Amino acid sequence: MSDKETAGTRANDGQTLADATTGDYKYGFSTDVDTDVIPAGLNEDVIRLISKKKGEPQWLLDFRLEAYRYWLTLKPPTWAHLDIPPIDYQAISYYAAPLPRKAPGSLDEVDPEVLDTFNRLGIPLQEQKALAGMAVDAVMDSVSVRTTHREKLAEMGIIFCSFSEAVKDYPDLVRKYLGKVVGYRDNFYAALNSAVFSDGSFVYIPRGVRCPMELSTYFRINSAGTGQFERTLIVADADAYVSYLEGCTAPMRDENQLHAAIVEIIAEDRAEVKYSTVQNWYAGDAEGRGGVYNFVTKRGLCRGDYSKLSWTQVETGSAITWKYPSCVLAGEGAVGEFYSVAVTRNRQQADTGTKMIHLGNNTRSTIVSKGISAGSSQNSYRGLVRVAPSASGCRNYTQCDSLLLSDHCGAHTFPEIKIGNPTAVVEHEATTSKISEQQIFYCNQRGIPTEEAVGLIVNGYAREVMNKLPMEFAVEAQKLLAVTLEGSVG
Amino acid sequence: MNELLKVENLRAGIDGKEILRGINLTVRPGEVHAIMGPNGSGKSTLSGVLAGDPRYTVTSGTATLGGADLLALSPEDRSHEGLFLSFQYPVEIPGVTMVNFMRAAVNAKRKYLGEPPMGASEFLKMMRQKRAIVELDNKLASRSVNEGFSGGEKKRNEIFQMAVLEPRLAILDETDSGLDIDALRIVASGVNALRSADNATIVITHYQRLLDYIKPDFVHILYKGRIVYSGGPELALELEEKGYDWIKETADNADGANTGANA
Repeated sequence: MSDKETAGTRANDGQTLADATTGDYKYGFSTDVDTDVIPAGLNEDVIRLISKKKGEPQWLLDFRLEAYRYWLTLKPPTWAHLDIPPIDYQAISYYAAPLPRKAPGSLDEVDPEVLDTFNRLGIPLQEQKALAGMAVDAVMDSVSVRTTHREKLAEMGIIFCSFSEAVKDYPDLVRKYLGKVVGYRDNFYAALNSAVFSDGSFVYIPRGVRCPMELSTYFRINSAGTGQFERTLIVADADAYVSYLEGCTAPMRDENQLHAAIVEIIAEDRAEVKYSTVQNWYAGDAEGRGGVYNFVTKRGLCRGDYSKLSWTQVETGSAITWKYPSCVLAGEGAVGEFYSVAVTRNRQQADTGTKMIHLGNNTRSTIVSKGISAGSSQNSYRGLVRVAPSASGCRNYTQCDSLLLSDHCGAHTFPEIKIGNPTAVVEHEATTSKISEQQIFYCNQRGIPTEEAVGLIVNGYAREVMNKLPMEFAVEAQKLLAVTLEGSVG
Repeated sequence: MNELLKVENLRAGIDGKEILRGINLTVRPGEVHAIMGPNGSGKSTLSGVLAGDPRYTVTSGTATLGGADLLALSPEDRSHEGLFLSFQYPVEIPGVTMVNFMRAAVNAKRKYLGEPPMGASEFLKMMRQKRAIVELDNKLASRSVNEGFSGGEKKRNEIFQMAVLEPRLAILDETDSGLDIDALRIVASGVNALRSADNATIVITHYQRLLDYIKPDFVHILYKGRIVYSGGPELALELEEKGYDWIKETADNADGANTGANA
C-alpha cells in the first residue's frame, strides 16, 4: 500500500501533536532602571540594613530577626512532588529598589521607565489613565512604586497601600495582625519571608463597608539575581466585602529567581473576601532553563461567624510552584472556597492545592481543582480537608480533575482527609481525561484549526473556575490559557 | 463542467486495512445523492475520508471540491471550502458553549475568506434565526457542545451548525439513526429548507425511511468499498422491498469473476 496521501495530514498527526514550542511569553522583557540593589548574601546585618532602608520600628526588626534565627534551624521541605535543585541563599540579593524611591506621593518621583514598564504590562499608573473600577498597587522588585485610587478609597475608610507605608501610617493595625495567620514558624519559606520581606500590599476594609472597586496588586520582578519576598495582609472587618486580585510577571532570564511570598487574610463576622490570582511568572524555556521558583504561603482565617473566603487561582507560570492557599474556618458557619486552574508544560513543576481546616460548627468548604499538564511537566494536586473533633455539621465537596495533553507529562493527586467529627459530610470526586482526537477532528470539521480547538477545549474544561474570576481578569486569563498551551498538545 | 464534487478511483483504509476500493462519484450543484448499503460497506469511511478524518489513510485516487484538490487540504480548510459533515456520533465538548463554539467556527471561516470577524449582536441574531430551522430552543446557546443532549437534539444540533455554516456540500452520515419520527421530520425539513440550486447534499443512510422526507435525485449502493449500483429514487424503494441480498449476490458474482480473471 503506497502512502501517497494521508487524510488530514496537517490537522492532528503525531508530529504536530508532539511539537511543543517554547510558546510566547510576552512579558519577558526587562527594564533598564536605576536600581538600589544590596549585595548578595543573607545574615543579620543584611536584615538590619533592609529594616533600616525601610525606616522600620524596632518591633518589626525584632520580628525579622526572630524569624531569621528560626529559619537558620530549618531545612527546606521535601514532601512535595517536586524536584527542586539546591538553592544558594547566599547568592541572592534580598533587596532591590528602583530609584528614586521616595515614598510614592507624586508621580514625578517615579522613574518614567518604571511607569513605562507597567504601561507595557497593561497597568497604567497615572491617575487619569488608571483602570476604572480597579485600584492597583504596583510592586517592582522589593518596593511598591505606586498605588492608584487611594484617596477615593480613603473617603470610605478603606486603607489600600503598600506594606511599607502601612507600617509607617498604621503601625498598630499591622502589629495587631502581622504573622497571626501565617506565623514565621509555619514553614521554611514563611520563616525566610518573615525575615527579609520587602514590600507588598496592605488592605483594611472597615466594618460594614463594601469595597466599591477591585483592589489589585501587580507584582513585577525586574532585577537579575534578586529574590522577591512580598507580604500581603488583608483585613475585612465585620460585614465588609472586598475582591482582591494579584498578577505576577517577570523577565525571561536563564537563571532561576526565587519568589517566596506570604498572604494573610482575616475575615471577621459575615465579612467576605474574594482573592484571585493570575500567576504568570516566567516559566523557563523548553529545556527547563531559568524560570521563577514560586514558594508561597497563603492562608486566610475566617475568624468571624458566617465569614467567607474564596480563593481563585490561575497558575500558568513559574518553573516550580509550591503553593496551597488555605482557609481556617473558625467562625460558626464560615465558608471556604478554592477554585484552581494549574497549567504546566515543558519542564514546569507544580505542587499546588489547598487546606480546608474546619474548626467551627456548620462550616462549609468547596474545592474545585483543574490540572492541565502538557509536555514533560509534572502537575500535582495536594489537598487537606480536616474537621476538628469539636466541629459538628461540617461539609466539604472536593472535585479534582486532571487533563493530560501529552504522553510524557505527569498528573498526580494527593488528597488527605482527616475527619474528627462523625457529623461531617465530605465528598471527593476525581477524574483524569485527555483531549480526544475525535474532539479535535469535530472542531476541525467545523473550520476551527487545531491550536484554536485546544484553546477552546481547555477553556471549556476550566470554565467552572474561570467563571469565578472577576470580569476584568477573566478575558485576559482565557487568552493566557489559550496562548500558554499553543503547540503543547502531544 | 459544473461538478461540485468529483471522486475518482478513491481507495482508502484504516490501520492498513483497505475499506474503500475505488469509489467514483460525481455530484453537481442542486443535487441530492443518497448512498445506501449494508453495514460495513464503507459508508462512514467515505464521509470520513472526504472530511479529512485523520484516522483514515487515502492510498490512491482523487477527490475535488469545486475543482480544488480536496485531499490536499486540511480538515479545517475543507470546511472553509464548503464541505460539511453531519456526524453519525457528534462528540461532546464539556464546558464549551455552543455560542463560543459557533463563533469560533464562523470567524475561522471569515478569516479564511479574508473577512473581518462578525460582530456580537449580528452573530447572536443569526444564531436565533438558524436555531428556528431545527426548532432548537434558546437555551442552546449556553449549553455545552452536545453535552447532555438527547440523541435527537444532537442530530438537530448538527443541522443547526450546517445552517450556520451554509456549506456547498453537506454530507449527512446516518443522520436518521436513533431518531424518532418527530425528530426525523424536524431534521429532514431543516435539510430541505437549506437546499438550493447552488448546494448539494449527500445523504448516507441504511434505510429508505429518511428518503421519504429528503427526496434524492440519485441513489447509489455501496458494497464492499465500491458503488455497485446507481439509479434514481425508485432504487431506494426497491431496496426497501427486496433487501440488500440481491445486490450482494450480483456484486459478489461480478467480484468473483474479476478475481478469477486476475488469478
